[in-house]
Amino acid sequence: MSRKVLDVKNLQTHFFTDSGEIPAVDNVSFHINEGEVLGVVGESGCGKSVTSLSIMGLVPNPPGKIVGGEILFEAGDGGKMDLTKLSGKQIRAIRGNKLSMIFQEPMTSLDPLYKIGFQITEGLRKHRKLTKKEAHQKAVEMLKIVGIPRAEEIAYEYPHQLSGGMRQRVMIAIAMASDPEILIADEPTTALDVTIQAQILELMKNLNRDKGTAILMITHDLGVVAEICDRVVVMYAGKVVEQGDVRTILKAPKHPYTVGLIRSLPKLSGRDERLYSIPGNVPKPGSVQTGCRFAARCEHVFDRCLTENPELLKIRSGHDCRCFLYDSEGGAPHEPAATASSQKP
Amino acid sequence: MEQAKKQKSPIPGPEQDEAGTVLPAPASPWKVAYKELKKNKLALVGLFIIAFFILTAIFAPLLTSYQPQSINAGPRLQSPNADHWFGTDDLGRDIFTRIVYGARISLMVGFFAVTGALFFGSLLGIVAGYFGRWIDMIISRIFDIMLAFPSILLAIAIVAILGPSLQNALIAIAIINIPIFGRLVRSKVISIREEEYILAAKAQGMKSGRILIHHVLPNSTAPIIVQATLGFGTAILEAAALGFLGLGAQPPTPEWGSMLSDARQYIQSAPWTVLFPGLSIMLVVLGFNMIGDGLRDALDPKMKT
Repeated sequence: MSRKVLDVKNLQTHFFTDSGEIPAVDNVSFHINEGEVLGVVGESGCGKSVTSLSIMGLVPNPPGKIVGGEILFEAGDGGKMDLTKLSGKQIRAIRGNKLSMIFQEPMTSLDPLYKIGFQITEGLRKHRKLTKKEAHQKAVEMLKIVGIPRAEEIAYEYPHQLSGGMRQRVMIAIAMASDPEILIADEPTTALDVTIQAQILELMKNLNRDKGTAILMITHDLGVVAEICDRVVVMYAGKVVEQGDVRTILKAPKHPYTVGLIRSLPKLSGRDERLYSIPGNVPKPGSVQTGCRFAARCEHVFDRCLTENPELLKIRSGHDCRCFLYDSEGGAPHEPAATASSQKP
Repeated sequence: MEQAKKQKSPIPGPEQDEAGTVLPAPASPWKVAYKELKKNKLALVGLFIIAFFILTAIFAPLLTSYQPQSINAGPRLQSPNADHWFGTDDLGRDIFTRIVYGARISLMVGFFAVTGALFFGSLLGIVAGYFGRWIDMIISRIFDIMLAFPSILLAIAIVAILGPSLQNALIAIAIINIPIFGRLVRSKVISIREEEYILAAKAQGMKSGRILIHHVLPNSTAPIIVQATLGFGTAILEAAALGFLGLGAQPPTPEWGSMLSDARQYIQSAPWTVLFPGLSIMLVVLGFNMIGDGLRDALDPKMKT
């Protein structure tokens, strides 16, 4: 079995607001293997971004705080550490070095006052103590790697002179400059148009293949997942509801939420069908105290869903689902397969 | 040698490649703003006015053969003529000389008052904006209290405590301008702090102190520059007002405000004694305001992206 570079165990990140404690990330566990692309999927507000910020130690505090769990990070040199336990100085030495992150908005993720070349190596100069000249060469090299034409010149240009796609490439160059173990990408293609999206995904896939960097891909776009991910974690209202390898999740999803997500995708064949959408909205984190968090929107809801909290059940090796429908102890009034067909639209 | 040169070449400028064609100069946001400013005619006029006064102040001794303090340089209350371009005042002092030397005082007051207010205002603003919470509460409330007073009244009160002199007037003007800069810097720091590139810098492992100095502050400078330029005009005006009230520069210092005050009884019999100091104050303040407005347009954040 391959090495786990990142092992998140029972992570709990809560926000302490005037209206009470909000568990944005509630007992989330997942891991990333070496050189793997893991997708984290879910609607807005389900805790994807907070999970990624928790890993980076960038949860805004106050009001947010990691209140429980551990994030075990294993560097290539064998050192293993719990990221939640590190001091500010220790985590800064890892951020932008062994753990990098790119953000959703390439238009605002670069400081408008500094030249591209400078920004690419700003972190690197700190971590690796490069001279100015080395840093510049590295910046140009990185720009070439991420496929930016005229790299020599672009290094001297300012962010406002570049397009969104170019800027996202620059962001990737910044993130990859330090040869990180893990690249966390928080919806890196959401703000880009479709053709540029495809190019950026292609680029990330190549970097993953060539450099063996593990990628944590946060997205709400199942197209992106299908394109690039090896395994998928589906999150709902701060909890992992299903995880498995990408083929299983996309072809044979188990959790009603995942099923709903996939059904919501427009199909090329369906011409005059109304596009499916899961009724309702993601509940505010913390508002559902008892029962399954998806119960209010679920087609297969039955009594047990409203009173008991489902555990993450093993469907088979490497495929887990948090739903009573698959509980061997029973409780489901009927087989899910049967329900799916007999269910009225 | 050639190789080494090429290797270096990191300092941008209108660079040339091998073919000798000039590569497009990197458009630094500041350069873009400068280009914008050059297009603005009013700002250029303002710049010209201020440059004129600065040169006047520097070369004062060369522009006139009289001393600003020497009385009976000519007959009293003489109207403008070839010997005394702006006429003479009630003590026979040459008004042109006094105006020229007065430019030194006014510009100095403007410079030091704005610098002082900018320094302490920025410091407090950064502290309040960056640390937030109770520190922000305390500093912001103090600013509010200071701004609740009409500024000139507060200045008068401060001078009354410190004693009337040019130096104390300068201190008073600096103090009353602190909350103006402080609030501006605070609000900028708070908004820039939430920008995604600040989060990105954190994600690169930067320390907060470094982020504050290298990313938050430089991105807050545009409105501060504008405010400082406009503040120049206000500070000069406030200094003249204090001088007029006898709380600033003491006679016989050739300060424009106190010149106005001395001459006000002759406004009908010898209007030039009032006209020229008044005109000078107006022109300097106008000049700074025109530059300030031009800078505001040039540094408009909307033009940046």
